[in-house]
Amino acid sequence: MPETVIETRRLTIAEALREAIAEEMRRDENVFLLGEDVGVEGGFGGAFGVYLGLVEEFGHERIIDTPISEKAIAGAAVGAAVLGMRPVADMQYSDFLFECMDELVNQAAKLRYMSGGKLSVPMVMRAPVGATLRGAQHGQCPESYFVHVPGLKVVAPSDAYHAKGILKSAIRDDNPVLVFEHKLLYGSKGREAAGGYDLTAEVPTDDYTVPIGKAIIKRPGTDATVVATHVSLYRALAAADQLASEDIECEVIDPLTLNPLDEQTIFGSVQKTGRLAIVHEDTLTGGWGAEVAARVADDCLAYLEAPIKRIATRDVPAPAAPVLEQAIVPQVETIVATVKEMLG
Amino acid sequence: MTAPEQTPGDPADAAMVDRLYRGMLLIRRFEERVYRLFLEGEIPGTLHQYHGQEAVATGVCDVLRLDDWITSTHRPHGHALAKGVSARAAMAELDGKRTGCCAGKGGSMHLGDPAVGMLPAIAIVGGGNTVVTGLGLAMKLRKSDQVAACFFGEGATNEGAFHEGLNFAAVEQLPIVLICENNLYGASTPFHRVSLVPDVAERAKAYGVPSQIVDGMDVLAVRAATADAVASARAGAGPTLIECKTYRFTGHSRSDARDYRTDEEEAEWAARDPLLVLGARLDQAASELFEASVKAELDDAVEFARSSPWPEPAEALEGVYA
Repeated sequence: MPETVIETRRLTIAEALREAIAEEMRRDENVFLLGEDVGVEGGFGGAFGVYLGLVEEFGHERIIDTPISEKAIAGAAVGAAVLGMRPVADMQYSDFLFECMDELVNQAAKLRYMSGGKLSVPMVMRAPVGATLRGAQHGQCPESYFVHVPGLKVVAPSDAYHAKGILKSAIRDDNPVLVFEHKLLYGSKGREAAGGYDLTAEVPTDDYTVPIGKAIIKRPGTDATVVATHVSLYRALAAADQLASEDIECEVIDPLTLNPLDEQTIFGSVQKTGRLAIVHEDTLTGGWGAEVAARVADDCLAYLEAPIKRIATRDVPAPAAPVLEQAIVPQVETIVATVKEMLG
Repeated sequence: MTAPEQTPGDPADAAMVDRLYRGMLLIRRFEERVYRLFLEGEIPGTLHQYHGQEAVATGVCDVLRLDDWITSTHRPHGHALAKGVSARAAMAELDGKRTGCCAGKGGSMHLGDPAVGMLPAIAIVGGGNTVVTGLGLAMKLRKSDQVAACFFGEGATNEGAFHEGLNFAAVEQLPIVLICENNLYGASTPFHRVSLVPDVAERAKAYGVPSQIVDGMDVLAVRAATADAVASARAGAGPTLIECKTYRFTGHSRSDARDYRTDEEEAEWAARDPLLVLGARLDQAASELFEASVKAELDDAVEFARSSPWPEPAEALEGVYA
């Protein structure tokens, strides 16, 4: 049998997400999109251009422009999902999720359980995160609030291939799934804005999915495990490059899903390297890195050759000035220094 | 409980009067029985009871079909029985038994059953007011002629969820009926202390939603208003808000001695008891027959709940994810 050729193109995350939604809408008439500014003609296709062109194909019936009413957006997604629709709800900035905590935490996450398992809530909530010089109320990484909630799944893709595949999985999942993407990684502002990282990835043209709950080893290594998401993942990979020139080999893991966490991949790596650093742009205290650290401490303590390190945004609201923002968000140099410290 | 829709303005026929009376009586006697079982220690937790408001749930749900949906509140016993949750399944749920309508996971404040078109009741004030828009949206997208009704108290109209949900339902012209049970008090706080607008119906006007005020102690009035609103929603004409002026005959919850209300006010509303209002149309023999059949139904429900098994402790870990 000749090997099948998998056709690919290079796409940005924004393009990949758009394809995922369009393909799922074509595949399943129950899928629809709702949010602010998602389908206005002459508008901007959502806050980061992800939805450009969708209203032309699917019309206003399935691309629903809502009032600026985050509670209504989330509540409508919950109610429609209960009746078997598969809504993709959009939050322009993840900071706005606090407007609809009741709908997400008390309703979406709990209706199945409260019904004795009779209902399901197959909805997706997409929300951009990240400090991007927009200050304290448009720059948070609130993933950890939702990682804490039984009944929700939380994913955090960082490249176009995985973003498309896991969004498709999230839409097909019978549970509420929050999809957090980083604003700097959409690719809509070019490479400079993302610190020069290549924001495109090879994406197959065929229908594929990426499973929820499975981490990816982005770079194999033997000396230290570094778990990171989003922009911090790219900084961890840059740090690993630097460290490699000093013969320190990091194993860099993208957890991809924050709940349920792929313990197997992370534990396996730590058992091999004996060292763990977790890097995230969420603030330190109570961040999801603490959960990873606690589980590794529980399960892999005998393998650890150094204390577990968390490299996270400092415990302050995001400041606006570039120099201030840079001072609180994890940087490549910090990751390099921390790994060296772990290696003594 | 579900029955063929009457066209608006139809005179109440005898069968309808019988059906509505029995429906209200079932709720009243259910709540009385539940209170006794609570005092005896058989029912755990707390209770928010529905005595006095029976005409609202009964009149509204009499118009709805089995495949129409409702959302309910922290005070859901009457809504559940009226929408078709059996007394057995409701009683077993209150007892915390596996045979309850939510398998013991919901309890008093989350009664519901998708099989009869009732979400687990939402015990966050105003919580149902956004979720119901999604029920309506699904119905609209599927071009079905189903309708979703949302029960909420006057207190919920000071929540942001009420306003966001109402406006969204209006701009999308969703097939929704909003049923406000204005029982005058949010827990102990009288509505006039927290709203300069005395009538909730007035608030709907701000969103272009038609509304009306009905006597919530008169089940025929509630039913007639709902029939109009449901017919309008089914025809694609969008949401309607109905404000039912009503009164709870008990405290907010079980620990409430009701010292914030006067005896005169309570007596005034007791004289308008929905069972007395509709009972005037029944003869003595009919009402005795209903008492007997309701008693038998509740005896059976209590026995069913008592003899049902507890959930296994391990079941607490099931049903979180699909």
